[in-house]
Amino acid sequence: MTHPAPHIEKPKGTVAAIKKLLGKDLLGVDEANGELALHVKRDALVSVLTRLRDECEYQQLMEIAGVDWPDRDPRFEVVYFLLSLTKNHRIRVHVTTNEDVAVPSVTGIWPVAGWLEREVFDMYGVLFSGNDDLRRILTDYGFTGHPQRKDFPLTGYVELRYSEEEKRVKYEPVQLAQDFRSFDFLSPWEGADYVLPGDEKVIKSNEPPRGTPPRVNDPKTTEKPSQTGAGAAANAEAKKRTVRKPKAVKE
Amino acid sequence: MNLQQDLAPTTGDEVIENYTINFGPQHPAAHGVLRLVMELDGEIVERLDPHIGLLHRGTEKLIEYKTYLQALPYFDRLDYASPLAMEHSYVLAIEKLLNLDVPLRAQYLRVLFAEMTRISNHLLNIAHHALDVGAMTPGLWLYEAREDCMGFFERASGARMHTAWFRPGGVHQDVPLKLLTDIGEWLDDRLPRLFEDAMKLVVDNRIFKQRNVDIAIVSREDSIKWGFSGPMIRAAGIPWDIRKSQPYDVYAKMDFDIPVGTRGDCYDRFMVRVEEVRQSIRIMKQCLSQMPEGPVCSDDRKVVPPKRAEMKQSMEALIHHFKLYTEGFKVPAGSVYVATESPKGEFGVYLVSDGTNKPYRCKIRPTAFSHLQAMDFMSRGHMLADTTAILGALDIVFGECDR
Repeated sequence: MTHPAPHIEKPKGTVAAIKKLLGKDLLGVDEANGELALHVKRDALVSVLTRLRDECEYQQLMEIAGVDWPDRDPRFEVVYFLLSLTKNHRIRVHVTTNEDVAVPSVTGIWPVAGWLEREVFDMYGVLFSGNDDLRRILTDYGFTGHPQRKDFPLTGYVELRYSEEEKRVKYEPVQLAQDFRSFDFLSPWEGADYVLPGDEKVIKSNEPPRGTPPRVNDPKTTEKPSQTGAGAAANAEAKKRTVRKPKAVKE
Repeated sequence: MNLQQDLAPTTGDEVIENYTINFGPQHPAAHGVLRLVMELDGEIVERLDPHIGLLHRGTEKLIEYKTYLQALPYFDRLDYASPLAMEHSYVLAIEKLLNLDVPLRAQYLRVLFAEMTRISNHLLNIAHHALDVGAMTPGLWLYEAREDCMGFFERASGARMHTAWFRPGGVHQDVPLKLLTDIGEWLDDRLPRLFEDAMKLVVDNRIFKQRNVDIAIVSREDSIKWGFSGPMIRAAGIPWDIRKSQPYDVYAKMDFDIPVGTRGDCYDRFMVRVEEVRQSIRIMKQCLSQMPEGPVCSDDRKVVPPKRAEMKQSMEALIHHFKLYTEGFKVPAGSVYVATESPKGEFGVYLVSDGTNKPYRCKIRPTAFSHLQAMDFMSRGHMLADTTAILGALDIVFGECDR
């Protein structure tokens, strides 16, 4: 541990105690980067968090975050950040869901969850069953869409301006003076799994797939004419043993 | 034209029903763009519904499209009253993901300026809290000291507010020795003089106490349930401070006290902040006396760009400079939640990396969100005029609340 980030010491036996406490409701434990993350069953969320609060002393719910993974099924992850004031430790509790399946609300355990769930609903469209005030919170009145989803464009769909003619603020479709540009900075040799524009013709079926490193272990030699790679015509030319006379140099 | 006067609506034995009023979004005591929909029974607040999001700029979405370094200045613009404290959580989160070492001098400089940010934030809040309940003069006096802080930020980074001075791996530039000596003199003489003078006007003032004592009492249990942090949870009597309990940078070496309240009312919240200014002065003095010489940024050339002077001499430095300011550095896949003690409370950053040069997800945990949400139950049963005192004691900045 060399980084200067907040120093949090895991109390001894925490993982074993949580495993014993949650039993079948616990799907997985992740301890990367010195942080403890629990993956739990969505349906058991309320009972899991209640047990963590009452029996493991994680008294405070600090934050609820949504994460969108469009490639996964189910695509959304909802993360609950718990803090223990007495044990001086933090844990994260992850559940997964999709657009249609509601996550049980934890407003009954922590009233602070009300707005936090509203924010996740606003940004991702994740539903929370049992939250009786699931209005939008950060976006405009009458906004459509869920802006933090990965398929929602950065520029949005509408823009707002004051119309001098109509004497009111009006929405119009976004018009960009310049096309939106996004660079991924992935190297075509290591990482990018798509074909670069213009490279479609070059790729042949017998070539190794993109992303595989060149075969550096086989030494590249040109001991035979066929290995020069210059083609049949050049090989035939190379077989002719013609001796070229140097041209006389004019003085 | 109809000259006949309408009958007054309340003649006879009619019952007056509750009525709803809008407080804000354009109101000097709303501390920004806050719209409170209040249901009043006479002058008593029955229900209060804060409408937020009027300053929502989609910071989290924008960060997903920027490299790690390009995303840093967005943090200055969250809580613009304490910009360096916002950067602090973010750079620590990146350093945790990279497991990057930071030189000792950089850690001292960060703590020094984080505490100066705390002072400048608290001076602003104390001034506005006093102003909201009718005291004008302390505000003017405190702004003078706050202006000094702004001057110091400018001398360190070149910008008064949006400094972008904390960088992954350390700080952007070293400070001149004269700046440190000037800060030392300011801490010894000018700041305590200005601050204590202004505090003499308010802390024992009869009107100020009438407006704040026993207003919006929050118990320990409620402060835990509602996710309070920072001065709000300390005023409720819980000695919880991330600088002490989960120390980051060189806070573990600092000697300071955590003030706690006894009643959990608005006056306690105010007094906790007053005492925190004094404790911050102590921390800054320790930083100045202990700060070693040395580099101010990590020498990991795959993360920290070289200085321009070096770039003119060395081809390698030129390449790294170019690559780091265009492509940026790649952060190993993983996720961390890093929370620091910002002047307003726990300011956290949940950073999810997918191994590329841009954050996959950056969730910002604002302090104001949970505090403002609790305003409904804190204000119930109080008078309309008390809401400004409650709001002032919450210490809310909408850049951070709405993101």
